[in-house]
Order: sequence, then structure tokens, then C-alpha cells
Amino acid sequence: MKKLLLSILILLPLTAWSASTNNWPMEEFEGDLENLPSLQNGFQLYANYCLGCHSLQFQRYERTADDLGIPHDIALENLVFTGQKIGSLMTNAMPKEQSKGWFGASPPDLTLVTRVRSPEWVYNYLKTFYADADRPMGVNNKVYPNVGMPNVLLDLQGVQREICSDGHCDQLALDSGTGKMSAEEFDAAIYDLTNFLYYTGEPTRLERQRTGIYVLLFLIILGCFTYLLNREYWKDIDGH
Amino acid sequence: MDKTKSETGPTKLEAVMGWVDKRFPATETFEYHMSKYYAPKNFNFWYYFGFLAMFVLVNQLVTGVWLTMNYVPSGEGAFASVEYIMRDVEYGWLLRYLHSTGASFFFIVIYLHMYRALRYGSYRGPRELLWLIGMAIFIALMAEGFFGYLLPWGNMSYWGAQVIVSLFGAIPFIGPDLMEWIRGDFLMSETTLNRFFALHVVALPLVLCILIFVHLVALHHVGSNNPDGIEIKKNKDANGIPLDGIPFHPYYTVHDIHAMVVFLFIFCAVVFFAPEMGGYFLEKPNFDMADPLKTPDHIAPVWYYTPFYAMLRAATYPLFGMSAKFWGFVVMAGAIVIPAVLPWLDRSPVRSMRYKGLWSRTMLSLFVISFFILGYLGTQAPSKIGTIMAQICTTIYFAYFILMPWYTRIEKTKPEPERVTG
Repeated sequence: MKKLLLSILILLPLTAWSASTNNWPMEEFEGDLENLPSLQNGFQLYANYCLGCHSLQFQRYERTADDLGIPHDIALENLVFTGQKIGSLMTNAMPKEQSKGWFGASPPDLTLVTRVRSPEWVYNYLKTFYADADRPMGVNNKVYPNVGMPNVLLDLQGVQREICSDGHCDQLALDSGTGKMSAEEFDAAIYDLTNFLYYTGEPTRLERQRTGIYVLLFLIILGCFTYLLNREYWKDIDGH
Repeated sequence: MDKTKSETGPTKLEAVMGWVDKRFPATETFEYHMSKYYAPKNFNFWYYFGFLAMFVLVNQLVTGVWLTMNYVPSGEGAFASVEYIMRDVEYGWLLRYLHSTGASFFFIVIYLHMYRALRYGSYRGPRELLWLIGMAIFIALMAEGFFGYLLPWGNMSYWGAQVIVSLFGAIPFIGPDLMEWIRGDFLMSETTLNRFFALHVVALPLVLCILIFVHLVALHHVGSNNPDGIEIKKNKDANGIPLDGIPFHPYYTVHDIHAMVVFLFIFCAVVFFAPEMGGYFLEKPNFDMADPLKTPDHIAPVWYYTPFYAMLRAATYPLFGMSAKFWGFVVMAGAIVIPAVLPWLDRSPVRSMRYKGLWSRTMLSLFVISFFILGYLGTQAPSKIGTIMAQICTTIYFAYFILMPWYTRIEKTKPEPERVTG
């Protein structure tokens, strides 16, 4: 046993896991899949600003609408712009080869982006676009330097600029009045959008956790009986 | 009860069993393997893992069958079909997580099962063949896991398999051709995926089941070892039943059933609340589809291969005109196979660690610690210090085996008891 404990101690540093690959201080993100208004708003933002380029090719409209508490007719009217059916996968018409020429890389599918990266990564990525005249799209990103994607949410957020001192450019500042949303509103919108992608990464997460509680409770009860059964039989052996 | 039986003849059930037994040795087999198989009464915690390994095997087989019903083994369809299972198949997410978590738990259980054998000398005569069959199972299981890991067709699946297959390229003369032969193509492709699928769902499960059957036949022929490492068959009562033996059924069946529930609790806690296990059971890059043009930042096999992977990387010097990569391959293959000769390396007069001396205890402890450190290093990107540590730990790993004939002979052992000690 001592050996095991020692080994576990050695392995502990394993659990320290850094989320980012560069030095940008990441803001924390805690997803909330029970917050339906947030998820609905995230879905709406996604359909309006992202889906044109980034498909969710493994996720269906119907399932999303059902999970998020959106009636099918409202979903079809307000969130499906492609004439697709409610049971369709959320694909788009972005041509792969051409888009590579436009952006340097074709826009990836984002169904699983929060699992490939992490929800924190997506949240911080979307908030850290800043003006950079040297880049083809006029913007750069703190979390994903030199990314090919333009800042699609520019009209909501406004123009962000890098603030440098002593050669360290580790702060961003917003040109006030350049965006439709206030800083707080924009943060909330990005939270909702990230939360929505957190949902699409694993739409069964809530069901999994809810089922898990019942399964574990059942096993505890079953364990009491198997313990008693075992004790009953072993009385013969332990008796003498 | 006995009275009525003699008056009325056999009951209906007995009559049915009698009919069956005349045609098939049902009762005889049950008695031989269960109700009259006498196992030592002093089994402890470490003796649960054989049964648990079998339980996980059943989990893998059952969930595997259902996953196969919706999985599409093609370059275009594999990744999407896994996500289809996760989203659109009723309880598909559960089947998939049970299978992916089961794979990791299979290795946890098997490693503990093997550790038990090292601790109590279960590989010693007359159990050499039992141990060798077990080693064959271990190697088949590693192959099974390796083939299965490609099937989700994620980017880590793809590149992990690419790295492992390319190891065979280090073999002189035939290496490059062998690699092509394994892949069935010039690079990892749908052809490779298809053959790995066939091997994963048909060939290796069949091999595993046969080997496990043979493992049990051998076990029940020689009888189980125990924490004291003494032979319970030496002391028998007038009926030829070992004095320290108890019928496997019901005593160890009720034991194992309880162990199964405890195991399931831990297993389900992972399945339902942490199926990715922080990126160790399901690696993050594997949620990206396989892309031959996009190498992940850091390629590492799944955690259960990382001790051996670290040993592979620990070989950094070319020697005798052969590349370092070739020697890495030799070291890794050697590390996997060397436990097979344990029965002939251990020269101690006693089997169990309880009665072995300081040398054996120290070497086993160092062996276990270095195995853990190697496992950790294998998950990390290569670094200078990491490589040196891996070289030290690899040396300890092999020293445990190679020095065994020497340290088991010179150390002072304690006398074994005549009867088992609880």
C-alpha cells in the first residue's frame, strides 16, 4: 500500500493541466447547461454570426431545438436560414477549397470545438480580437495569434486595441462607443455563445450526469445487499 | 427433506439435470470449476482482479457488439458515425463511454492482476504455463487496444497509430516493406482502418476469449496461489480436500459479486461524471477528425501504453550501426516480453513477498515506482531531463528482472508457515 500511495503522489503533478499554449491570462469559464435562455441566445448568435462559415455537421436542428426548449416552428422560422428540414444536420454551403484561399484555412466545423480546445479557450478567443493593420483581415487575436478568421463580432463589440508598455503587450482596451453592445452585454453574449458550443460538444452531458446519480445510488443499495450476502456466507469460514 | 426425496424419487429439477448430465457434463463441469474447486481461504484484496478482468471483458464484448451496429469503418464515415452514436443513437453515448472507459479500466485491472502475481510469486512452478498464457493474453490485449484506438478516426488515433506502425520501419532490411504490409497502403488510410476494424472486432476478441479459457483451464488444473505463497494441496483432510481450501462457489462467488459492485461504483463514477478523465481516457485531439496534413502538437499514445512508449524514447544512441529508433523498438519489445521469463529468474526458496527478503521488496518497489514514472513521462513531450529520468527508470525496470536470479538467492528469507495465515 505504501508503494501505491507513493506512486499516486508522484502522479499528482499530472493533474495540473494548462489550458492555453501562450501566456495570455485566461478568464475562467463555467458552462451552465440548465440555463436555457443563455443557450437559446447562444444558438441565435451562432445561427446569425457563425453558421454561415462554421458548420455544426454532427448536430441536428431538431435535437438542439428540443434540448433548448425551442418549438420547432419557431426554430424553423428564426434559426434555420438554409431551407433545411428540422431533422437536418446543421451544415452550410461553405466551399472547402475556395474558403481555404479566402482565409488561409477553411473554417473548421465547430460541433466539438469545446472538447478539442476547451470552453475557456473559446470564451477567451472570442473576446480577444484586436485591431492589427499588419494582418490581412485587419485583426489579430491574443489566444490564437495570427488567426485567419476576421472579427465577425466587431459590430457588436467595437474596436479593441493592444496596449503595450515596456514591450509587453498584455492588455486590450476598447474604443468606447464603437460597438452596438456595452462591454458587459458583449461579455454576456460571448458567454451565451460559448455555453451553446459547450452544449453542442456533448449534448447528452446533462442526461449523463442525471442518469449517473441514479446509477450510483442504485449501486450503493445493491452494494449493501451484496455485502450482507457475502457476510452471511463467510460466517461459516470466519467462524472458526 | 432427505426423507421425502428418498420416498418420492428425484425432484423435477434433478430429473432434468440427470437427463442433461447423461448427455453433457453440466454438473461435473460446474463442480470441477466452481463448487468443488478448492481455493485458498486467505485470498485478499489483490485476488479480485482476475474476476474483474473477466467482468470488464464482458462489458467490452457486449458494448462492442452494440457499437458495431452503428459504427461505419470508412475514412469518410468513421468519425461521423461515432458522433452519430454519441448524439442520435438511443443511449449510444452510454455504450460508447462504457466501451472507452472499459478499455482504460481493462488495463488498470490487468496491471493490478499482474502486480498481484509479482507480489505473491504466482508465476512460480507449477504455474509457469499459467503465467505464460497470461502474458500472451496481455500482449493480445495490447494489440486489441491498439487496433481499437484507430477506429474513432480522430486525429490522435491516426497519428498515434502512424507512430506505432512506423516503429516497424526501424527493423533492418524488411522494415519499410513490413510497414507497408501492416498498413496495406503507403500511409495510414481507409484500408488500414478497415483491417484494424476486422482485427479489433473479430480476430483479437476471438484470440482473447480462447486464451482466457485456456488460462482458466490451467489455473483450475494447478490450483490458485495465495498471499502466503504456500501450496494448500500439501495439507489435505481424509476426503482429499485441502484443509485451507474452501469451495470457490459459494464463498468466492459472493466475494466477487460484492467486489463487482464496488468496482462498478468506481467505474460508473468515471463513465457518468468524467468519461474523458482529464484527457487521459479520451484525448482532446481525438475530437478532431483524422487529418494526414495536420500533426497534433504532441503525439502520445493512451496512458496504458505510455510506460512502454517512454522506454522506446529512452533509447537515444545508435549502436552497432543500428539507429537509435531500432534500439528503442528493441527496448520496448523487450520490456513487454521480459516478464514472461520470470518463472525462471526467481530463485528464491519462497514465493510470497511476505517471506522474501529486503532485496526483493526493494526491487519490486523500485520497479513499481519506475513503471509509474515511465507512464507519466510517456504522456509528456520529450525533454532532456525527462529522457534521463526515462533512461534511469528503464534501467531499473530491466534490473528488476535481470538481477533477480542473483538477489533472490543471496537475500535472507523468512520461513514459510505450514498453513495459510489469514
